[in-house]
Order: sequence, then structure tokens, then C-alpha cells
Amino acid sequence: MTRIKSLPELTRLRDDLRVKRSAKSDKSSPESIIQVKVAMATCGIASGARPVMEYMTEELEKRNIPALVTQTGCMCYCYAEPTVEVTVPGKKPVVFGFVTMKKADEIIERYIRKGELVEGIIPADYDTIDSK
Amino acid sequence: MAKKQLRIALRNCGVIDPERIEEYIERDGYQALGKVLTELSPEATIEIIKKSGLRGRGGGGFSTGLKWEITRKVQADQKYVVCNADEGDPGAFMDRSVLEGDPHSVLEAMAINGYCTGASKGLVYIRAEYPLAIERLKIAMKQAREWGFLGEDILGTGFSFDVEIRYGAGAFVCGEETALIHSMEGLRGEPTVKPPFPSESGYLGKPTNVNNVETYANIPVIINKGWEWFAGIGTEKSKGTKVFALAGKINNVGLIEVPMGTTLREVIYDIGGGLQDGAAFKAVQTGGPSGGCLMEKHLDVPIDYDNLIAAGSMMGSGGMIVMDDSNCMVSIAKFYLDFTVEESCGKCSPCRIGNKRLNELLDKITKGNGTMEDLDKLRNLSTVIKETSLCGLGQSSPNPVLSTLENFYDEYYEHVTAKKCRSNVCKSLMMYIIDAEKCIGCTLCARNCPVNAITGERKQAHYIDPEKCIKCGACMEKCKFSAIFIN
Amino acid sequence: MIKLTIDGKQVEVEKDITILKAAKTVGIDIPTLCYFELRDMNIENRPGGCRICVVEIKGRRNLAPACSTKVENGIEVNTHNIRVLNARRTVLELILSDHPAECLTCAKNGNCELQSMAQQLGVRELPYQGEQSTYRKDTSPAIIRDIDKCIMCRRCEMMCNEVQTVGALSAINRGFMAVVAPAFEMNLEKSSCTYCGQCVSVCPTGALTEVDHSRNVINALADPAKTVVVQTAPAVRAALGEEFGLEPGTLVTGKMVAALRRLGFDYVFDTDFAADLTIMEEGSELLDRLSRYLKGDKSVKLPILTSCCPGWVNFFEHNFPEMRDIPSTAKSPQQMFGPIAKEYFGKKLGIDRKNMIVVSIMPCLAKKYECQRDEFKVNGDPDVNFSLSTRELAHLIKASNIDFNSLPEEEFDNPLGESTGASVIFGTTGGVIEAACRTAYELYTGKKLEKVDFMELRGFENIRHATIDFDGLPINIGIAHGLGNARKLLEDIKDGKSEFHAIEIMACPGGCIGGGGQPYHFGDSEILKKRAAAVYQEDAGKTIRKSHENPFIIQLYKEFLGKPLGEKSHHLLHTKYFDKSASVFVEE
Repeated sequence: MTRIKSLPELTRLRDDLRVKRSAKSDKSSPESIIQVKVAMATCGIASGARPVMEYMTEELEKRNIPALVTQTGCMCYCYAEPTVEVTVPGKKPVVFGFVTMKKADEIIERYIRKGELVEGIIPADYDTIDSK
Repeated sequence: MAKKQLRIALRNCGVIDPERIEEYIERDGYQALGKVLTELSPEATIEIIKKSGLRGRGGGGFSTGLKWEITRKVQADQKYVVCNADEGDPGAFMDRSVLEGDPHSVLEAMAINGYCTGASKGLVYIRAEYPLAIERLKIAMKQAREWGFLGEDILGTGFSFDVEIRYGAGAFVCGEETALIHSMEGLRGEPTVKPPFPSESGYLGKPTNVNNVETYANIPVIINKGWEWFAGIGTEKSKGTKVFALAGKINNVGLIEVPMGTTLREVIYDIGGGLQDGAAFKAVQTGGPSGGCLMEKHLDVPIDYDNLIAAGSMMGSGGMIVMDDSNCMVSIAKFYLDFTVEESCGKCSPCRIGNKRLNELLDKITKGNGTMEDLDKLRNLSTVIKETSLCGLGQSSPNPVLSTLENFYDEYYEHVTAKKCRSNVCKSLMMYIIDAEKCIGCTLCARNCPVNAITGERKQAHYIDPEKCIKCGACMEKCKFSAIFIN
Repeated sequence: MIKLTIDGKQVEVEKDITILKAAKTVGIDIPTLCYFELRDMNIENRPGGCRICVVEIKGRRNLAPACSTKVENGIEVNTHNIRVLNARRTVLELILSDHPAECLTCAKNGNCELQSMAQQLGVRELPYQGEQSTYRKDTSPAIIRDIDKCIMCRRCEMMCNEVQTVGALSAINRGFMAVVAPAFEMNLEKSSCTYCGQCVSVCPTGALTEVDHSRNVINALADPAKTVVVQTAPAVRAALGEEFGLEPGTLVTGKMVAALRRLGFDYVFDTDFAADLTIMEEGSELLDRLSRYLKGDKSVKLPILTSCCPGWVNFFEHNFPEMRDIPSTAKSPQQMFGPIAKEYFGKKLGIDRKNMIVVSIMPCLAKKYECQRDEFKVNGDPDVNFSLSTRELAHLIKASNIDFNSLPEEEFDNPLGESTGASVIFGTTGGVIEAACRTAYELYTGKKLEKVDFMELRGFENIRHATIDFDGLPINIGIAHGLGNARKLLEDIKDGKSEFHAIEIMACPGGCIGGGGQPYHFGDSEILKKRAAAVYQEDAGKTIRKSHENPFIIQLYKEFLGKPLGEKSHHLLHTKYFDKSASVFVEE
């Protein structure tokens, strides 16, 4: 923990964090790693996101796939909870809906390990403040 | 191709880990606060917010910048900024999602608000039924203090500001700012006549600026990207985006954020994926209990504050419920009235008694006892409640009745004259009838009737006694010959 | 100045005033229901809740409540166009639809503001009918709550919380079931209620009324075995006439005495006699404490507080029990009268106290509770059996076919009917302490008081203070009327900031003339002022104006009591107070 004492200091920190982030997603970087985000808002948890997140964390480790599994808030696809976003370095992030344990297994084995297309992808249907 | 949705308030929801401040910082978190404290005067900042055209997202639609300016101009030894997280519209949950997914954006905006208005204290009024949002907010507050974004001498600028949480017990009326403030003071959660507005005399009698969660979530982006960028989105009088909670008979139920000016049709069909099972669209209810039901002819109305009011509904906090033919519009109006009757604080007579009577009239109509005179009464009573109630709750509670009366008068008329509910929702108006042609007298229905309303000899057509029938539908479900129908 | 038009008339008024008041300046009387004001007394209720006073302001979407909307430059107000009239009538119809139609048997029949409003707006039928909100009826020793009739005007709540700071009543429940009641709907008797009755005096309907004891009194009068004695408080004679159409402030002492005789009371006596007695005891106590204090006795408690107001006694027993050794131990005049009537007068005539019924006519509801207190009973027999309010007496007179206005003026009976001017002014704020000063001055200095009118002690300001020169000794006097004001003085004493030697406290705004049992004033503070003037008028007309000069008082001490603060006085005329702070609890 660091206490930020000025705006330039904050900006430097932000830039450092960004560099680290892009390294994670950059296939050629030694820092590159699979990033998995599980939507863990009240709605997601109520639909079973917590066991899915635990399962993915454990299974990725068991199967020796270096990955960073984190929680996020609501991804806004209520109809498709639980939702999971997977970023494979070098590829665009992909959001999967209706993720059960079985689906999670399929995502790990087929999409992450083999790079195959898996059903249940929710197309990103929105612009971000950076794209607009 | 440009997408239909644009996520501003929801920019970090589902993207960052809300419990890790680094992820917020990585996405420009606290940059706006730093910029404001370091480079801008409070007046200049307010000017940016004013020029951005941002209006209150809680439903009122008052200019946020103007509100800040009024609070700033009042002289006082202590001022407060309040975040209204008392989300109460049934089916609306965008505030919860923002707090659960991006709590720092609200804290950052509140600090900016404090700087602009001259307040050193912020209060988040949140309903206790949001435990996860509260937990994440608490974590965020702790982190923000540790990292120096809350507390004394923020970012070395000498500005001090901190936030506390106040819990609401989930009374809908406490979303009204004066009621909210009374609730925070430990008093009965009921509104008082405005003026004086909270910006003059609010929490503990001090100038208080109340903004909603979604409003706050927009602030850092406006500072970071500039008012011109924000004002470039939306319609002439409504800028930026609005988050809606899309629900009802629609395929893609969920939260959406669209630029102001998007049409209902785009929302329902392009984003929402159309109605479930390809059903025909009948109505869309916007604005929660304060809003109204719009119909087919309104689908191409560009959504903004003023257009929705003109159409007989309102923005509200952003609930959007899509309905098809299986929804009885009289029952829908009654559903909302049930809610308002439950949630009225009881302070003013039109809301306390008027809504109760309105609900009783609707009940009478759905039970098949309504008269044409009752329809006139509904209209007159609704108008009086709207025009004479003390606060926004009562002033808008008849909207579901007025808009359905206006847009779906036929259904009211049928309920009253033909004693018919075309959607087969109003049980009292339904009659289960056995088609003597199709009935083979298998007795299955009679054996399954819980009240012994069905009689008939074996192998002969059966008969349902309408006096005894409780309309449970068990007979129809069991009949293997589709001999039972509803009239 | 603000310029606006109301109903087409140009109006120019000061800023910050409401449309309601602005309209009054041009003779437009907008009807109100929840709104209530006692002018010059800082008492105002404008929750904006009933919505009867709504008016149209051109250009605004909704109608605005005139009682709580301030004037603005250039606005055009319409108070009676079709839209406003329809809304106003509909709102009233709604209120009536949730109100029991029991007018004929309601205690407020004829005095009900809701009834008057229905009459004024010409309501002839109720188009909106449905379920009514019903609640448990609650009867306390002094006040009946029939809150089925509550219309949520919140006047009682304002009186109880803001003016009296008693905090017994507040809005409970939500929506249709919202109503004003003690917390958790406990019985009033279990709450911190002082029975001051100010809630009753402002209630527009029959939701809050007094416990009616007229029936008991009629029964006693009809019983040949009973000798029925009546005493009348000073403030009653200054207000009773209003019930018979007389101008407020008309003194009706003689007619009142005549009426009581015609009702059948065996002896018509005056509480004023007992008030003179109170001065003897309380004044002596003041002098006793004062002289011991001046001699350096550190155990002496000062200031001394008056104790003749039962609402006030209840208030400090609930809220300041740790200070209950400060008020004078002298009983109130009503309770001094009781034992003197039964133990002295009755014994003289050979009447057993069981066969004597003492009735008091009081401007007060707390007196109903006071006379039922256990410490004022001998073997279960109360010193004062029944206490009727001024309003109950008026009903009794009307029901007994007595044409009040044509009655002759009659005199009280002796000996307990003789009184001085000092006792009469007990009826208004500042009167008790003025009466005490008249006597204490002469007893202390041994000199004759030339000027008996202490103008500096009179008036209606919430809290007053004056320094009276006791021949070189400055005596600091404090006066408070209304319990909220009393609380302020009490807090000062608690904090050691009080410099008063003596403080008079009356629970009701204006003192007893504004008591909870008086004819309804409907928020007209001029009525209270006229009643006070009448009380001072009666005082000025008396030959004897100092309590210690009352010949029957002198005789009473000589024959029976001995001396003030003596053993017999101590036994009959003094009392003790109780800690009631813990007695407020929620029933299971």
C-alpha cells in the first residue's frame, strides 16, 4: 500500500499498472498469462458464480495452466448468468454465458487449451468510453 | 459499425475487480479527482458539469451542475454531499450494480462533489438489503483512505473529504431526497414541502447536495474526457447515456446502457433481442411505479427525459418492463398501485387515501364489478392525486393508471362492460367451460378438481359449476382431449 | 416587497410570507385543515399534509399548498377556479371516506373542523368509498384516543413534540395505516404523556378528547346521601361564557355560581380560596428557603419552582426526576381544597368524608389525573372525587335546561368561597408568581406593598424574567409557559447556569386560560389574550388583593391549621414527587 501524494504520482502509477496489464495480454511477453474474470455481483453469485469461480481457479491450477482468476462486478447479461470473461494472450477477450461447472470444464479444455471455438459466447454489443 | 450501447456509468462494471483499487487506478481511477483538485477551481469544475448537460439519473432529471452550483452558493459552516443509493423501483438494480462493480467511481465523484460544493463530509444512504454493495463500498472506502483519496490532504492538495455510510430500511419514499435526509437524521422517513430544498437546508439543517449513484458514476468520465465529449452524446436536452434494467417478456434480460435518443424499438429488438417466444409486443413500462405503460405507437420515440414525459411515462430510475398479450393492462396498473399503497408514507391525504381508493377501484374492475362511472372516478382521482400530492411519489403514483387508461382503454372497457379479461389474467372474469362436443366423460377433470365443482356421469359430457369453480386451472391441465377452455 | 396576483387582485406583501397569508391581506380566505397557528406564541403547524389549501399557480404543473408555499414575484395565483375546487373537494371526500361517520355521537359534534369543512365545501355524498383504517381505542385517566378519527394533521404531534417537548405522540405506521400515536402504539398511560391536554385542544376532529366525568357528577348530585361540593378554578370564569356565545374575555363568575347552584351542588366554593392557601404555603416555603440560603445554608435548593400545575408536575417526574426536590412541596390549589373541604369544612358540619363528594371545575385535563393520584386519597377515598373541564361544565349546564345568559349573578358560598385578587390571577401565566410576590414581599420586609400590580411579570413571551426589589434584596423571577420553555429553564438549572430564586411554570401556552380543558380557541391567540385580560380585570376589581389578607384564610389558620408549613399543613397541604422516568415501557 502506498499513499499517493500528488497527481503526477498517481499518473505514473496508472501507467505502470497499464504496462503490466498489457504485458499480461501480450503473447510475446514473459509475463503473459490467461486472464479469467467471473462476474460476481449479487445476481451472478445467486446464479452460481461462486462455485464456478472456485472450480476454475482449482482446475486451472490442477491442469497446470498458468492463469489469473479474478472477480468483477456485474457484466450486465442477467439472462445468461453466471458469466465468465476469458482473455487468452494475443486474443480479444471473450464472454461466456450460462457457465456451469461442466461448461467451465469445456472452456478450459477446448477454448483455453486448444483454442477451439466454444458455444455460448455473448457478443460484446457495446461501445466503451475509449472506443467512442 | 457503431454499437447500440455505450457504457459510461457501467464502464468498469464487469471489467475490474471492485475490491482492488489498483484495477480502478489502472483505468484512470482518481485521475478526475486529481485533475480537479490540482488544476481546476470548484467554479470551473461546476461549469464543466453544467456544460456537459448531465441531469439527475435518479428520475428527477434536474441539472446536476446547477444543483451543485446552488449548494455551493449557500453560505454555511458545514455542508454535506449525499449519495442516494436507496434504489427502490421494483426491478431496477443499476445502482447496486455500479456499487458492486465499481464503488470507487462513486467515491471519487463524491469527493469531486465535496470539493465543488464546499462539503467535507459525504454520506452514502444505502438500503441495508444490499449487503454485497455495502461490503464492497466499505472495502473501497478503506482502500481510498489508505491510498490517500479520502481523508486529510487528498493528493497533497490540502483538500479533505471523507465518506460515511447510512443505512436505509428499504422504504421506497426514502429515495425522495427530503425523506432520505429525515431518515438519515433518525426521523420518520417522510418528505417535507420544498422549498426549502436540501441544497439550502438539508441534513441537520445544513446545505446538502443529493445525487444518485448513476449520476455520480458519470462524473469522473466527464472530467477526464471533457464536457464536449459528453455533450456530444444524446439528444438536445438529455445528454449522455442512461442505464436501463431490461425485464419482462424479453429475451435478453439485463442491464443495458444506451445513449439518450435511442428508440424503444432499438432497445427492445436490437439490444433486448425481441420478445420471448416471438410473442407480439404489447406494452413497455418505463419509470417503475412512477412511470407509465407505452404502446406500439411509442416504439420509435427517442428515449430522453422530456419525450418520455410527453408520452405519458417517465425516465424514473430506469426500469423497463416489456409486456406481451399475456399481460392484462388493468392488472398491471393494479400491480403498481399495490406497490404505491404499500410504500406511501401516509403524510399527505391524496397519496395516503387516494391511492388506496384507486387501488380499490382497480380491484373492483379486475373482479368484474366495475362500472363505467368507475372509469371516470379512476381518471378524476388519478388527476387529483397527481396534482395535489406532497412529493414525487404521490405526484407520479397514478401514472400507471393514467397511461393504461389512455393507451389501453379498450381493455378497461371490456373489463367493465363485457366482464372480460382478454389476457385471461383476472381470475374473477374467467370462466372454465367444458366443450360438450369434445368431452368424452373420462372423469379425470372431476377427480382432480379440488373443490368438487365438476359434475357429470361417466362417459357423458361434464359440467363445471361456475359458482364453485376457483379457477385454479387443474382441470384444463389434466384434460387429455382439450375439451376445457376459458371464456 | 413581493408583487403577485391572487384571484386577479394585485397583492403586495413582504417576502417569506405564504400565499395563505398573502391572500388574507386581500380578504381571500383559503380553507385549511392541518394548518394551525397560535400567533405571537411561536406555535405553527404546517406539514402541508392535508392538501385542502391547494391553489393553482399559473404555469406550474401541480397545485401548491397555500399554507406552505411562499410568495414569489409575478406569480398568478388562483384559489377557486374549477380545477382547484374539484381537487379540494376530492381531497376532502377522500379524507371523509376514511373517517367514521359518527358525527351524531361524537364528542366533537359541533366543534369539529372536519365537519365544518364538509359543510363549507358543500359535500353531499362520498363518491370514493372503501376500507377504513381502524385502530384500538385507548382511554387514559384524562384523555381518550379514538384515532379512527385521526386525519393525520399532525397538530397534536407538533404540540406534544415541538411546543411541549413531551414526545408522547408521533406518526406511526406507513401509508393508509399511518396515524399519530404513542410509540409502538402503547397506551398513552404508559407513555411519557403529562396529560397537559394541548393535543386535545388543537385536534380538529374527535380523535383526541377528554375523559368525560359528567355522568359521575350527575349521579352524585342525584344521591340524597351525598353532600356535593364544587370548586371552580380561576381560569374557568374567564372562558366559560364563550360556550354560551359570549365574547371571549367576558367574566361570568356570578352566572357560573348561579348555574352550579341550579345544577344542584350543595356548596359552591372557589378554588381561588385554595389558591390563597397555596400562596401562604408556597410563599412561606420560598421565604424559608431564601432566608436559610441567605444565612449560608448550602443544602438549600434554589430556585424554588411552583407546583400548582399538574401537567408540569408530571413533566418533571418523567423528565427531570433527579431534580424533584426543587419544586415547592405545596399541593396544587385543587388538591389543597380537597382535604380542607373534607377534613375541615365537612367535619365542622359533621359530614363523614365518605358522604362528601368534591367536584372541581378545571380548565385542565391533567387535573383529572391529579385527583386520581394515590397520595391524594385517604383509605381509597379521593380528596377530590371528580374533575370536570370547562367544556364539560358547559355541556352539563346546557343539558340541564339552564339558560345561562339570563341567570342572575350570584356569590360563592362561605367560607371556602372567599378569595383575593391574588388567587384569581393564578389563571394566567405569571399570575402565581405575582400573587406569591405580593405576599412574600410583605411577609419578608414587614412593610406594606403599595403597588400590587407587577406589570413586569405579565405578558405572553415564552420565557420571561424580572427582578423584584424586596426592599433592597433583588429577587430574580423566571416565568415559563409551555413545557418546552420550561425544559429550557430546567436545563439551565441542571447546568448550574440559572440565576433565578423562584420560577413559575405552567404547562399550557398562556397558562390555565389556555388549558387543555378550555373552550376550543381554534388557533385564535386573541381569545387567549382576552381571557388573560379578564382574569386581571377580576383581580383589579377585588378589595382584597393579597392572599394573606383573606379573612377566611386567617381564620382557617387560627382555627385549624396553625401556621404555614406547620405540622397540620405539612400533613394536609404538602406532597412529594416520584421518579417516573422508568415507567415508560412497551407492553409485551
